Amino acid sequence: MSLVAASTAAPAAPAVEGAPEAAVATLARRGIGEVVLEVKDISLAFGGVKALTDISFDVREHEIRAIIGPNGAGKSSMLNCINGVYQPQKGSISLRGRTFAHMNPRQVAEMGVARTFQSLALFKGMSVLDNIMAGRNLKMKTNLFQQAIRWGAAEREETANRRVVEGIIDFLEIQAYRKTPVGKMPYGLQKRVDLGRALAMEPQVLLLDEPMAGMNVEEKQDMSRFILDVNDEFGTTIVLIEHDMSVVMDLSDRVVVLDYGKKIGDGTPAEVRHNPEVIRAYLGTAH
Amino acid sequence: MGAFLETLIGGLMAGMLYSLIALGFVLIFKASGVFNFAQGAMVLFAALAMARFAQWVPQVIGVQDKLLANAIAFVGALALMIVLAWLIERLVLGRLVNQEGITLLMATLGITYFLDGFGQTLFGSDIYKLDVGMPKDPLFMFQNVFQGGILVSKEDLYAAVIAAALVAVLSLFFQKTATGRALRAVADDHQAAQSIGIPLSRIWVIVWSVAGFVALVAGIIWGSKLGVQFSLGLVALKALPVVILGGLTSVPGAIIGGLIIGVGEKLSEVYVGPMFGGGIEIWFAYVLALLFLLVRPQGLFGEKIIDRV
Amino acid sequence: MLYRENGQFKTSYRADQQIFPIVQDRIAIALLLVVAAVVIPWTAPEYLFRAILIPFLILSLAALGLNILVGYCGQISLGTGAFMAVGAYAAYNFTVRIQGMPLIVALLLGGVCATAIGVLFGIPSLRIKGLYLAVATLAAQFFTDWAFLRIKWFTNDSLSGSVNVGGLQVFGWPIDTPVQKYLFCLAFVVVFALLAKNLVRGHLGREWMAIRDMDVAAEVIGIRPVYAKLTAFAVSSFIVGVAGGLWGFVHLGSWEPAAFSIDRSFQLLFMVIIGGLGSVMGSFFGAAFIVVVPIFLDQALPALGSMVGLHIDTATVSHIVFMIFGTLIVFFLIVEPHGMARLWSTGKEKLRLWPFPH
Repeated sequence: MSLVAASTAAPAAPAVEGAPEAAVATLARRGIGEVVLEVKDISLAFGGVKALTDISFDVREHEIRAIIGPNGAGKSSMLNCINGVYQPQKGSISLRGRTFAHMNPRQVAEMGVARTFQSLALFKGMSVLDNIMAGRNLKMKTNLFQQAIRWGAAEREETANRRVVEGIIDFLEIQAYRKTPVGKMPYGLQKRVDLGRALAMEPQVLLLDEPMAGMNVEEKQDMSRFILDVNDEFGTTIVLIEHDMSVVMDLSDRVVVLDYGKKIGDGTPAEVRHNPEVIRAYLGTAH
Repeated sequence: MGAFLETLIGGLMAGMLYSLIALGFVLIFKASGVFNFAQGAMVLFAALAMARFAQWVPQVIGVQDKLLANAIAFVGALALMIVLAWLIERLVLGRLVNQEGITLLMATLGITYFLDGFGQTLFGSDIYKLDVGMPKDPLFMFQNVFQGGILVSKEDLYAAVIAAALVAVLSLFFQKTATGRALRAVADDHQAAQSIGIPLSRIWVIVWSVAGFVALVAGIIWGSKLGVQFSLGLVALKALPVVILGGLTSVPGAIIGGLIIGVGEKLSEVYVGPMFGGGIEIWFAYVLALLFLLVRPQGLFGEKIIDRV
Repeated sequence: MLYRENGQFKTSYRADQQIFPIVQDRIAIALLLVVAAVVIPWTAPEYLFRAILIPFLILSLAALGLNILVGYCGQISLGTGAFMAVGAYAAYNFTVRIQGMPLIVALLLGGVCATAIGVLFGIPSLRIKGLYLAVATLAAQFFTDWAFLRIKWFTNDSLSGSVNVGGLQVFGWPIDTPVQKYLFCLAFVVVFALLAKNLVRGHLGREWMAIRDMDVAAEVIGIRPVYAKLTAFAVSSFIVGVAGGLWGFVHLGSWEPAAFSIDRSFQLLFMVIIGGLGSVMGSFFGAAFIVVVPIFLDQALPALGSMVGLHIDTATVSHIVFMIFGTLIVFFLIVEPHGMARLWSTGKEKLRLWPFPH
């Protein structure tokens, strides 16, 4: 019952107003910490189409937070807002307590937020290795002239970053493909490269947009394992859009449910699964 | 004041000619999303064909009546343009479906060079006269208002009327007919249009044929005025700024853009040019387009493009 | 059998990252350089230098610059001639107005001026793409055409409208004979090719390619499109400007704005497309092709024609060249968008397996 007594790893976990006790207990058990990302009253519209209306939720450090909802509910748009790709007309986003009304993608990246894309926005003209190395770009500091000469500082930096990227390639088990142009790879492996590129940024918050889309059971198991490993080993906070319910139930600590741009559920997987609103959104009302 | 009006009207007329060429551009872009760099080359090719056919018809077939000979030459040139359209679709466009715009642009660049070389190989590279019976005598207007009146070229007036008629017909075509709708669908998304059963290749042949027809008309009017020569191709390049100004997808935009460029060029050359040593006509249109691109890339009447991730 | 990489294992990332990781490649390049620097100067006839080798070297340098912009960063430019002109005229002014200005410094300063103009006309690329950008670069082309024709200061008030330079020398070594000019250009090309290759295989090159392939995703991983695009314009214009200076000073000796007209811009674009977008080697292939083919056809076509009793004059030859180039552009875009460079590397792949089919 008492949150403070139950938690040992998260001494600063505050009393969460309005959150069901089960959710809070889960958070405490997993060593989940403070709110690291908070979305308040986000509204986004394209012309007449309202993609998001007054969405508010928070994400706590080290947790795996799923965003689910029927197609067109606005899930990807929500991620795009967090990323700075879309600018919401209303509302604010806070990262580690710092609030912004408008952010551009680079600022978000600098603050340690990385993402993958539903439609696999890989750099088709480059190899796997180059794609993931591209993710290191914020860490590479040599200037144009040093790179032109290459000998010395730029070579050392390239090698050091190569080492990190090879670690990621090992982690994702795609060593055999490192020099292959990504356009030639099977879809499931391309998804891994997308994940690798995001990991290369050493992010604190990782936004995954349907990482399992189009995968078979084995590939989904592999990807789930990677996601859990990332969360475990590096402590990365994960925000995950996913359609596969079993994945969502197994992996996530808490879930946000969107429908037609509005939030209709927020809690642990168990709570959300029994929420009548959610059931209605997915299955329609019983007649 | 009289001189100013003369320059203005001269600019309007020149602009009308640019618009004719730009029309072909807009047509192809509107219907297939392709930025046809080769439009200028097509104008030149069509004009060459017309000029040479008009010469050969009396020699080869023996038809001496000017009007009939020109009519036969026109039909011949039009047929040639349609065959050209079909070939372009088969050999080039059909193979580049769904490539990025930049690839298609470079392909049309290749077509430009090919047409340049081919046209001159086929028809020769001298300057050819084109006489379609356009009146060459000048018209003096407003003689009671300005002393001596304002000099207006009758030929240009005829051109303006023809261009206006073309625009009206084409606008109606795009808005009101089923084929026009299909063309707009194709411009939006080749794959989607294909998947709802629109016959892509046939549509493209139609569009490029119509553009060829417009190129022929433009070529005849230009050629009648200036004589058909290689530099026509370069002048036709000016249609690019016109479509930028007017908007790549707007038929009326092509007209208005042409007029603005025509007038702007002439006025700036006469009134601003001497300060800089003259000759600013060669870049005025492009710099104006550049400014537009920075401020309002979709042009005056074009559609804004939204990029979704 | 010859081209096997068997046994060539890399034990360090540094070794794996080399420009030529395969030993056979390194030997081939070394041989090529020896031939270029030692054998050719002693054996080639003078005509070869003037008509083929020197233009080839300078234009491949310009094509390399353009390839960085178009092939690696995906920004189309139809105004390359303009930047060559800026490089040439700027270098000229530095030489003529500052006593004792060394040749190499003048050429490099010409490149710097071209960089400034390049960045200026690259600013539109931050807001517009593809075809729109093409029209914007045309503005650069026609504006500089006019500026160097009408603004007398640029040509040092030359009465004829053309400028000329003579008496080139580097540290007392004259650059006069074709062989000397050839070696001078060769030195520039080798150095710049190395610098360019280093840039494109480093993280700036990856930034460029990321912007080319998918600029939204590039932003999300922290790449600044502004920086990437403007550096692409800057580096590209610098190289093209230096090439322009070389073209005017070393190849032409005296020139007028028409030497850098829109035809030159198209020619360079064709080199890049046919040679291979996004490939350093491709720039050389493309330049070689575009330089050699017209000269070859100039001899071959009339000969062929006379065999069938057809008289083919030079004007017709140039028209046929246009047709061939146009056809090849379309051909490469359809069949092999990565140009001759890709054909070359595919050939090498086959060579690796030879004599086995796969």
